[in-house]
Amino acid sequence: MPVNYYIFLSVALFCIGIAGVLTRRNAIVIFMCIELMLNAVNILLVAFSKMHHLAGLAADAGSRAGSEGQMFVFFIMVVAAAEVTVGLAIIVMMYRNIHSVDINFLNRLKH
Amino acid sequence: MSKLIYLVPLFPLIGFLVNGLGRKALSRSIVSIVGVGSVLASFVVSLLIFLEVKSPGFTPQVITFFDFIKTGKLQIPFAFQVDQLSSLFLLIITGVGTLIHLYSTAYMDEETAPDFARYFAYLNLFIFSMLLLVLGANYVIMFIGWEGVGLCSYLLIGFWFKNDAYNDAAKKAFVMNRIGDLGFLLAVFWMIARFGSTNFADVFAQAPGASAAVLTGITLLLFVGATGKSAQIPLFTWLPDAMAGPTPVSALIHAATMVTAGIYMIARSNVLYNLAPITQNIVAVIGLATALFAATIALKQNDIKKVLAYSTVSQLGYMFLGLGVGAYTGAIFHVMTHAFFKALLFLGAGSVIHAMHHEQDIRNMGGLKKYMPVTHITFLLACLAIAGIPPFSGFFSKDEILTAALLKSPVYYVFGVIGALMTAFYMFRLYALTFQGKFRGTHEQEHHLHESPKAMTIPLIVLAILSVAGGLIGIPEVLMKDAHRLQSFLAPVFAESQPGGETVSHLSHSTELILMFGVVAIILIVIVLAWRKFSNYTKTTETSTGFSSILENKWYVDEVYDAIISKPLRSFSKFLNNVVERLAIDGLVNGVGKAVQYGSRQLRLIQSGQVGSYILIMVVATVLFFIIQLFWKS
Repeated sequence: MPVNYYIFLSVALFCIGIAGVLTRRNAIVIFMCIELMLNAVNILLVAFSKMHHLAGLAADAGSRAGSEGQMFVFFIMVVAAAEVTVGLAIIVMMYRNIHSVDINFLNRLKH
Repeated sequence: MSKLIYLVPLFPLIGFLVNGLGRKALSRSIVSIVGVGSVLASFVVSLLIFLEVKSPGFTPQVITFFDFIKTGKLQIPFAFQVDQLSSLFLLIITGVGTLIHLYSTAYMDEETAPDFARYFAYLNLFIFSMLLLVLGANYVIMFIGWEGVGLCSYLLIGFWFKNDAYNDAAKKAFVMNRIGDLGFLLAVFWMIARFGSTNFADVFAQAPGASAAVLTGITLLLFVGATGKSAQIPLFTWLPDAMAGPTPVSALIHAATMVTAGIYMIARSNVLYNLAPITQNIVAVIGLATALFAATIALKQNDIKKVLAYSTVSQLGYMFLGLGVGAYTGAIFHVMTHAFFKALLFLGAGSVIHAMHHEQDIRNMGGLKKYMPVTHITFLLACLAIAGIPPFSGFFSKDEILTAALLKSPVYYVFGVIGALMTAFYMFRLYALTFQGKFRGTHEQEHHLHESPKAMTIPLIVLAILSVAGGLIGIPEVLMKDAHRLQSFLAPVFAESQPGGETVSHLSHSTELILMFGVVAIILIVIVLAWRKFSNYTKTTETSTGFSSILENKWYVDEVYDAIISKPLRSFSKFLNNVVERLAIDGLVNGVGKAVQYGSRQLRLIQSGQVGSYILIMVVATVLFFIIQLFWKS
């Protein structure tokens, strides 16, 4: 499958993520959209890494080029998991305090 | 002995430091001893140096102490010049200076002790600066002294600084001097650019190689400096106002020494001036014009010191006339005799003012000869000397200048003689109004009239002897063969300017004698006229009209300067202040501030606290950057 398809998919996911972040007010939805953007990047990484790997194999049968991209994806998933825990904790605390997850209430820092 | 030359300015400097720093602690008697003693000590050293210079076989020396400025090719050493001219000036400055210091101890006795010490500190600083001016072996060292005497003049004119008018006079003197100093400074820069040195020896050696335009420019700029310091047209108006200072200061600074600095400087630069005949003519014309102009003003002044001040301006004009016609010896001779008799006149006037309790208007004096015999006799002798009656000193020096002027042009001579007649007239008007006739002051003043103390009369007597006999060192060729000792003494300094040696011999002896005594006869007639007219003067209240009121108001020179220079300058400053400063500069500065304030107020609105809008801006900006990146390079 040409790499273009993966790119289009990734861009589409990323744009959906951005649109969600920009338009939605529910913190949990925004959070999910952020995850969407992260994963769009992950797809891109994997796709390019595969492409790179194939190009490496064509030049040299024993090449292991391109494996770094896939490694990075795992790192990103680990970090994202950590981020989710922190983020969800924040959202929970926020709900406890203001009984809402609407981010428009969270503009207290302005004053 | 000339190795010890540094002692001459050192003593007054020490005197200045001691009196200046210890003015709150020292008693009057210590201040007097330090003040007078330091000048006396440098007089003694000057005398020894003079004797060495006078001895046969002496060659002029330049004694270098250290490098003052040393950059690249330019080297300005701190060096002193010991030769006939400087040693003669040393004697005049320290000699007359000592007498005036002594006189001041009595004259200033009404001051409080700190003021008394301040006065002597300034006076010693003045002597130090003047000695530096005379001793400097290059124009830069001379300029240090030149500025120093200007500063001291300012400080001493404004000595009684609680009086606003005196402060104004001090400022006027300072500003006018600065205008002249600018000319001097430009001349020095030009010299450095053209000759690469300011040493007298180097400059004079290279001068014949320079073009006439350069020499004329340099000498003219130097002359501008001289007009400021020596009170010539157009910068003379500060000197009469400078009479605001204590009278001994007027005698020392504004008559005997400082104002002759310009004459000294031109005489020192005689080589340059001889190569620039255009400048010489200008010097002569300005000198003559000043001599006449100031003399006419002096005819109608009623303040005893103002008469003497205008007389000083007038006599300085004669000296410049002498310089302009190439009679350098004559000019220096007149400097010397003038230092004697004008210092004596001022000190005599000070004695009168002291006795009259600070009354300076001669219309309120009269008949003082009865009360102040010593002052009266010495003042009369000084008047005879300045009027040019033989054998008093003024006769010889003025005659020498006039003879040289006649050789140059009869026009100079005729106007010079007219000036001399006016001199005789206003001096004897002053004398008759002050000492003859009946006393016209109040009874209280009459009651207090007294002869001044010894410290004041001794300098008067010494100066009177010098005024009477001082001319005998320069008896002209026509009266006695080889009796002009001053000319032969100064000959080495002016050797290059007077290639023939004798300039006077062009005139036949009989003509010269007839002219000389013809002039003396007319002067005598004028004196008798003035004496008879003003001896029985009675006070009138009527104001003068017509021409005499113009003279009384000093030709309205101050008013004219005010109208054509001060007023336009002031309105121009007002324009700069109101328009350029307030509108343009303040507007610019405040405008920048206001723009920043306004801009930040607008920008603050973007920071709404809505996280969504922040992200939107971020995304839009990122996309924008991508687009720019995409299309920029292609």
